[in-house]
Amino acid sequence: MEVERISGLKFHKKQDVAIVGAGMTTWKRRLNETGRELSYLAVKQALEEAGLTLDDIEMVVMGSAPDTFDGLHLKGEYLLDGSGGSDRPYMRVFVGGGTGVFAPIAGYWHVASGLADVCLVVCEEKMSSSYPHPQSAFKYIWDPILDRPLNPNLIWIFALEMRRYMHVHNIKHEDIALVSVKNKANALDHPCAQVAEKITVEDVLNSEPMALPVRRLDVSPPSDGAAALIMVAPHIARQLTDNPVWVTGVGWALDTTWWTNRDLYFPRYVAEAAKMAYRMAHVTDPRKEIDVAEPYDPFDYKELHHMEGLGLAKKGEAPILTREGVTQRDGDLPTCPSGGLLGVGNPIAATMGVKACEIYWQLAYRAGKRQVAKEVTTGVCQAWGDLMQVGTVMVMSNKR
Amino acid sequence: MVAVVGVGYSGFNSTTPDLSWKEIMYEAALRAYTDAGVNPRRDVDSFITCAEDIYEGFAIFDEFVPDQLGAVVKPTCTVCGDFIYGVATAYMHIKSGLADIAVVEAHSKASDIHALGNVIKFAMDPVWLRNVGNAHPYYLAALEMFQYMSERCLAEEDVAGVVVKNKNNALLNPSAPYAANVSLDDVMASPKLFDPMKKLEIAPIADGCVVFVLASDEIARELTDSPVWVKGVGWWSETYGYDTASFSAMYAYKAAKMAYRMAGIANPAKEVDFAEVDDRFAFKELQHIEALQLADKFDVARLMAEGYFDRDGALPVNVSGGSLGVGNLLECTGGQKALEVVLQLRGEAGKRQLDDVNVGVAQAWRYLPTHSGAVAVFGV
Repeated sequence: MEVERISGLKFHKKQDVAIVGAGMTTWKRRLNETGRELSYLAVKQALEEAGLTLDDIEMVVMGSAPDTFDGLHLKGEYLLDGSGGSDRPYMRVFVGGGTGVFAPIAGYWHVASGLADVCLVVCEEKMSSSYPHPQSAFKYIWDPILDRPLNPNLIWIFALEMRRYMHVHNIKHEDIALVSVKNKANALDHPCAQVAEKITVEDVLNSEPMALPVRRLDVSPPSDGAAALIMVAPHIARQLTDNPVWVTGVGWALDTTWWTNRDLYFPRYVAEAAKMAYRMAHVTDPRKEIDVAEPYDPFDYKELHHMEGLGLAKKGEAPILTREGVTQRDGDLPTCPSGGLLGVGNPIAATMGVKACEIYWQLAYRAGKRQVAKEVTTGVCQAWGDLMQVGTVMVMSNKR
Repeated sequence: MVAVVGVGYSGFNSTTPDLSWKEIMYEAALRAYTDAGVNPRRDVDSFITCAEDIYEGFAIFDEFVPDQLGAVVKPTCTVCGDFIYGVATAYMHIKSGLADIAVVEAHSKASDIHALGNVIKFAMDPVWLRNVGNAHPYYLAALEMFQYMSERCLAEEDVAGVVVKNKNNALLNPSAPYAANVSLDDVMASPKLFDPMKKLEIAPIADGCVVFVLASDEIARELTDSPVWVKGVGWWSETYGYDTASFSAMYAYKAAKMAYRMAGIANPAKEVDFAEVDDRFAFKELQHIEALQLADKFDVARLMAEGYFDRDGALPVNVSGGSLGVGNLLECTGGQKALEVVLQLRGEAGKRQLDDVNVGVAQAWRYLPTHSGAVAVFGV
């Protein structure tokens, strides 16, 4: 039976969604705390910022990446009590590394569908328990027949992607290194930062090679940490704050498993996810309308890559914007003002703390020393994960 | 309003050596899309798969979802939970306007798992629980069974009766590999693997996949003349710790409360026509019937013995044969339950068709060692 579909969703949500509080722990190698304790610390901060107690929370969404890091099956259940999920509807969502922005998206649909008025989103990651290194957990993400015998690791495939990106647009490593320099310097103002430092482009180019062209300072470090975010319905938001931040658009997309058969120079999965989020948020010209962006930057080239995917720069233009200082904190399009993953650290799912939480703090003018110079109304954050495959995008605004 | 407009399934078999998990997903998805009359590349707005990494043997299972579902470069995600959690997620997607048509998938390839007991052990707290007694984790279920039996004054025959009912129900179900014509004496004679739990009271593992296509009411009415409505969904987690849990299927009680409230059901025992509950350990069926408020606390076992929950009883439970007849489908268990409810409501359940059913409940538990579960209420 052929059905004529109404072209384009109408996005007729039941109620708007506001963010009223966020929290995150310091990111570092935290051997003393379990994942539950990390979740607890982040949730406590978020509740304090929102002026709520755990009794007010109706539903909990958990975001956490591979169970293999902890050597735990059903990790979501393990984190149940520490994150405040006990005696509540509790659900764990998972899209690999994209979980850091996907979990708040899941929080969005919990509230927008009318099933919850107050939803707590918690993201936790503890990579240090993975011995000797989290990369050993990534051994098991490949297709067991076609990829795994090659014994690849993540640095290895991202080196391929970076090389391809540099080749297609004729980009020099110096331009890409600028991202690392910018983000690590931005992170000096972040109280939770793990690897903030003042470095130069030469430092990046002379750092230890890992899988050329990727060098040590091109890469974000593994971390332990957690972040939390509280999403509420409009009538609750009114009681808690005068300036809530509204979630205006969400989008996500998952590309094919066969990463080997894709041209890696452009992240089409991010472009698709962004298209969905922008359509929902009525953003037609992202470069003009977006005031602050937090693209996912586990590698320095990835920030550029994702800016292009998000439509914040034309294909191949992102390095030029970076060189001109447009993406600096006092620039026209501040990008990763938090310091991003390169500066603050990269606990896979908990990166929500420098993506979704950071955009919320920026739009609520609560970012302290990290507050960008220009006036902001709309921000976008994005995460990416799996096998260079998933894009998750969220658009927020402090105007309803 | 959200409706189920298409269902498809593959299996269920005790082992599937000829197909990979991707192939069983493809098979089930293809049938569901054909049943619903939709083209996934064009019509479906959101795909949800329910899976847990370590059951699958991957570190990030999410990567291997899109291709065989026709979901490439589309909104696709993984929910770490049972199939009914996926139904709840699809429900929210449609209610929040993120999707008009959503697809839910869950599968089990349990036959690939070398030692399920050890996998379950990996879900236990590494410090407090994992190495207690160094025994197979089913002993935890046996302890809970013992407590339940003593609290409700049950005899071993009461629990064994569940196995008799379900395995005999399964004889009419062509996709139930563990159907058997067993009598009460057979069950009572089966060895006690975990005292007081007998071998036949544990559901063996099975492979299979279930795919649902859900749609908003506007689209559903265009697609089909006989939609099955998702009247309510609920999910709930009690706690993770064995030291803090109440062992009274609180997860099922609270999840059912949420779903009943959404569905506007005030008196479940009267308003629900039939139910599919999680019976991966036979005593759990009794516990869940009670938690879903389908019978009073101390009446469940008596009614079970009187045939109240039989296929021709007043409130049939697990007509499909339940997990004892079909097998333990891991995260797809709720899929098998919801599938049966939808088929019965559509009148497509073949030989095991019940007459005159309008409201059915599907319930699933997240298995050992959790205290979480989900419930969905379907109606026509």
